[in-house]
Amino acid sequence: MSATEHAPQPLYVSRTKVYPRRVKGTIRRIKWAVLIVCLAVYYLVPWLRWDRGPGHPDQAVLIDMAGHRAYFFGIEIWPQEIYYITGLLILAAVGLFFVTSMFGRLWCGYACPQTVWTDLFMWTERLIEGDRTARMRLDQQAMTLGKLTRKATKHTVWLLIGAATGGAWIMYFNDAPTVVGQIVHLEADTTVWFFFGLFTATTYLLAGWAREQVCTYMCPWPRFQASMVDEETLTVTYRTWRGEQRGSHKKGESWEGRGDCVDCRACVAVCPTGIDIRDGLQLECIGCGLCIDACDEIMDRVERPRGLIAFDTYNNQLARQRGEQASYRFLRPRTFVYSAILLLAASAMLFKLATRATIEVGVLPDRSPLFVTLSDGSIRNGYTLHISNMNPHDETFWVRVTGLPDAMLGMAGSEPQQIAAKQGMPVSVKSDSVGTFRVYLHAPRSAVNIEAPLDFIVRAAGGEVAAHASNFRGPAR
Amino acid sequence: MPTKIEKDSVTGTETTGHEWDGVRELNTPLPKWWIYTFYVCIAFAIVYMALYPAVPWVNGHSGGILGYTQRDTVATNLADAVARQAVFREQIANASLEEIRKNPQLFNFATTGGRAVFNENCVPCHRAGGAGAKGFPNLADDDWLWGGSLAEIAQTITHGVRNSDSDSRQSQMPRFGADGMLTPAQIGDVADFVMTLSGGKAAVDAALRGGKLFADNCAACHGEKGEGNRELGAKVLDNRIWLYGGDKATLVETITNARNSQMPAWGERFDATTIKMLTLYVHSLGGGE
Repeated sequence: MSATEHAPQPLYVSRTKVYPRRVKGTIRRIKWAVLIVCLAVYYLVPWLRWDRGPGHPDQAVLIDMAGHRAYFFGIEIWPQEIYYITGLLILAAVGLFFVTSMFGRLWCGYACPQTVWTDLFMWTERLIEGDRTARMRLDQQAMTLGKLTRKATKHTVWLLIGAATGGAWIMYFNDAPTVVGQIVHLEADTTVWFFFGLFTATTYLLAGWAREQVCTYMCPWPRFQASMVDEETLTVTYRTWRGEQRGSHKKGESWEGRGDCVDCRACVAVCPTGIDIRDGLQLECIGCGLCIDACDEIMDRVERPRGLIAFDTYNNQLARQRGEQASYRFLRPRTFVYSAILLLAASAMLFKLATRATIEVGVLPDRSPLFVTLSDGSIRNGYTLHISNMNPHDETFWVRVTGLPDAMLGMAGSEPQQIAAKQGMPVSVKSDSVGTFRVYLHAPRSAVNIEAPLDFIVRAAGGEVAAHASNFRGPAR
Repeated sequence: MPTKIEKDSVTGTETTGHEWDGVRELNTPLPKWWIYTFYVCIAFAIVYMALYPAVPWVNGHSGGILGYTQRDTVATNLADAVARQAVFREQIANASLEEIRKNPQLFNFATTGGRAVFNENCVPCHRAGGAGAKGFPNLADDDWLWGGSLAEIAQTITHGVRNSDSDSRQSQMPRFGADGMLTPAQIGDVADFVMTLSGGKAAVDAALRGGKLFADNCAACHGEKGEGNRELGAKVLDNRIWLYGGDKATLVETITNARNSQMPAWGERFDATTIKMLTLYVHSLGGGE
């Protein structure tokens, strides 16, 4: 029995907390710049105004759930045009594939909200609790008033940032100044509070607590981004051929017969996901390149050339190892394929947007009665006509029916009037709304046997035409 | 009573002490997140039971500190809806049917409300959309027994047809066959004649004989050429619309036993505003005059 006795084995590896060290350098500066731009876009865009005339929201970017409209500057999307959003998502996805195949995980390292907010949270953490070693010490020491104050301050600040994030999210769905006023005066409705709370909580949890675990365990993207990366893709690379054999180095010692890596572990200390880049390209690496800054600083200090860790391709790594000239091949088959898909999707979107219909017509034939026999034996069908006027001005539409030569057209509600259906009659619809009309079609008994196809044609005064196919029903002959 | 609780050598977890044919069961503790969620749920349940109606007594139930009941919510919602509609209902009460019809907003409200009332009360006989059924007139066509103007429709809805309401539409078609006024052969002839009125085909001799009988017995109400009489609710017979059916067998039965269908007086159940809304809806079905 004692032979098989061994220590208890946990089923899961528990998380080793990551304490990233502060780092300075070009890449860190770029990362700060991207962070500021991303946050500025997120927090400020809802405040941009865009005049659409009286009765319409003046917020440049707004998804108006109650009003069933999405606004993006000059573009106004109705719910049935949701495919524009699909198009945007396709563009974003293919764009992501393209960038990843060229330059590696730039999205993960710089622009992903998880990265941006985690970076912001780490920055506030460092301001309050100090740098890596100070934070590690603080976590190990027993609870004191000082530690409690620091921890409480940190979490309060995190929650405040979370609240600002949740608040900004709400603003994309409500008029920003109004909803801020409502929140400040505690007068917002339940939906606002729910999403405000949800995004405050998720920001706090994901950026404060979960951090790199989101990238490693929760996010699907790292799992399949490897299929976009090839030997010509720029990735954060430790140049093994130059670094090994690694070992500590004292000033004045010779560099002969050894690598440039002095095994200072600076690259590990600054890594936001807590990995060792010298183990090679790995799933956890988000490609932020902070280890490049850290290593360059050390290389300067030991007076060796920079770039022991760098954005480089696998092929160049091999070439340099052989002492050959490094070369970058950006024009590869996949470059063209991704560009072609991007171009195709973008032009399809642009074409659709440029030729976007501003009117739409829907026809609902009555289901009861399917048809009515009149005194003279002729047949009448009733229809409900919906005309969407997406124009910012009131519009007059000319409604006519083709396919039923002898039919007469009439409209309920107004004075009884009958006009030849192929000639049609005018109706008006207010700006940015849907007009609903009850329409009657009369046709001689001989015009129909059970069902006859027809088309409702709606022509706007401006010239645009929309059509909807329907049927004229009657008894069997 | 489990007796052989021991520590498992692989996981370091205690066993439950139960053993089945040498198989022992680990007493693995529940995950912390699960157990804390469970505690939170218990706490929530206690708070909920205190705040909301939860515990049944013999008579009734615990009220809860908040005094919440779903019946109150329904009552409040209904009162809200009534209050929201009051503006329109008041306007409808003070306007004539013609005025309402010319005001698009009021007309829309009235026909929408009218449809709701129609669907709940009239559809069993007149079918959805006023499509009608055998013996129950189609309200969407252009043939009316008692008149299709707004005022006439309102009168029919309010007082009904052939009922105990003193103002109800009244008339009585005789039972020509059942009461022995015409012989079966004569009735067959009249039926043949009636069919020719709307362009139907029938034996010429029979129709000629029937025509004389029609002039003597039926023309007083239905008119000489079957043009009908709305004063008496006498059906137009020279058009293509039939209430019970235009084939000979149905006509013979109609003449033999008469029909004399009824309709309730809805004025007893609905206020004047609702009747107005209902009238406008029926009028808008397509046959309004």
